Amino acid sequence: MKNWPLWEIFVRSKQGLSHKHVGSLHAADAEMAMQNARDVYTRRMEGVSIWVVESVHVTASDPDEKESMFDPANDKVYRHPTFYDVPDGVTHI
Amino acid sequence: MEAHLEKRFQDKIDQEIKIEPKDWMPEKYRKTLVRQISQHAHSEIVGMLPEGNWITRAPSLKRKLGLLAKVQDEAGHGLYLYAAAETLGVERADLVADLHSGKAKYSSIFNYPTMTWADIGAIGWLVDGAAIMNQVPLCRCSYGPYARAMVRVCKEESFHQRQGFEIMMTLCNGTTEQKEMAQDALNRWWWPSLMMFGPNDDESPNSKQSMAWKIKRFSNDDLRQKFVDVTVEQAKHLGINIPDPDLNWNEETQHYDFGEIDWEEFWNVVKGNGPCNKARLDARNKAHDEGAWVREAAVAYAEKKRKRKEKVA
Ligand SMILES: [Fe+2]
Ligand SMILES: [Fe+2]
Repeated sequence: MKNWPLWEIFVRSKQGLSHKHVGSLHAADAEMAMQNARDVYTRRMEGVSIWVVESVHVTASDPDEKESMFDPANDKVYRHPTFYDVPDGVTHI
Repeated sequence: MEAHLEKRFQDKIDQEIKIEPKDWMPEKYRKTLVRQISQHAHSEIVGMLPEGNWITRAPSLKRKLGLLAKVQDEAGHGLYLYAAAETLGVERADLVADLHSGKAKYSSIFNYPTMTWADIGAIGWLVDGAAIMNQVPLCRCSYGPYARAMVRVCKEESFHQRQGFEIMMTLCNGTTEQKEMAQDALNRWWWPSLMMFGPNDDESPNSKQSMAWKIKRFSNDDLRQKFVDVTVEQAKHLGINIPDPDLNWNEETQHYDFGEIDWEEFWNVVKGNGPCNKARLDARNKAHDEGAWVREAAVAYAEKKRKRKEKVA
């Protein structure tokens, strides 16, 4: 085998936050990916939890379709709270 | 079509919008990045060798721990960078093979020997110092994965430089022989450190395109000047002398003037004739070859575990 499979690494930096992608690495299997992720990405208390996902299992949106995929949200201002009028004196809303 | 795509690409760059792996990019942009990022990765990996030379002989447990942690960081830097290069459609195994065959380049600074303990101080202070100067602007590089890798790298680098400076400071406050050792290390590492910024701007034809693509943010000479200005002041605190008779504060420019770099030496080392080029490549090849069974065993073990799991299920 030329390269060990590639894994994407996600780290939760502290309780209460989501896991965030921090990078990738090669490893023979998930267990080794986990050990290497610990050594490479959390040597300075950068995290309290790690996810490893083999890169081939990630399905990504196509950047060429970015416009059709995400632009419709632009003209749907009614999805945002500022679209709705509330008189000045009304609070807690 | 191509011209239209190129214009859109440059517009994004001009608006400081990052380029991500699957986005359209000119082939030359991709190639430039693959070359630069892989060379950078190779430098981190080869850079472990001169310092690794002193781990077993560090003068105290504290120094050994610091040096070990630094060298381990450099391995991590190599990994972040290879991973960033791989997002551009190349494979790490091929990049590493190019390093080991001598086809790929790495920073020439690592082709100089570490002869005394003071060299470890000088490397941390000067070589990591110069690397930081180069790397901080790369955190804003237009290519997302490279920029993100550099943010991690830069966070870790500042400890490297400080541990180096502290080693120098300790030697400079020690016995006469220790201070002489520090001076000797500065004498040998000063000029090669200045060479780390690359050829003068007028000798660096690809720089202009890299600046337009915002891979590079400052020119070689600008970064080198910045390095000289801050490092000369640091040397004053150590009480040792920069080995350059032409070094002078220039009131008008508000910068230090400094002497001419020996470019013949620079190109000679780049071409493979530095004091340690051969030793570095030999060490890399030996480690890779002797580690082959470990790589194979890991694959076999992973396979065995997978099969066992299948049986249970
Ligand atoms: Fe580094
Ligand atoms: Fe470093």
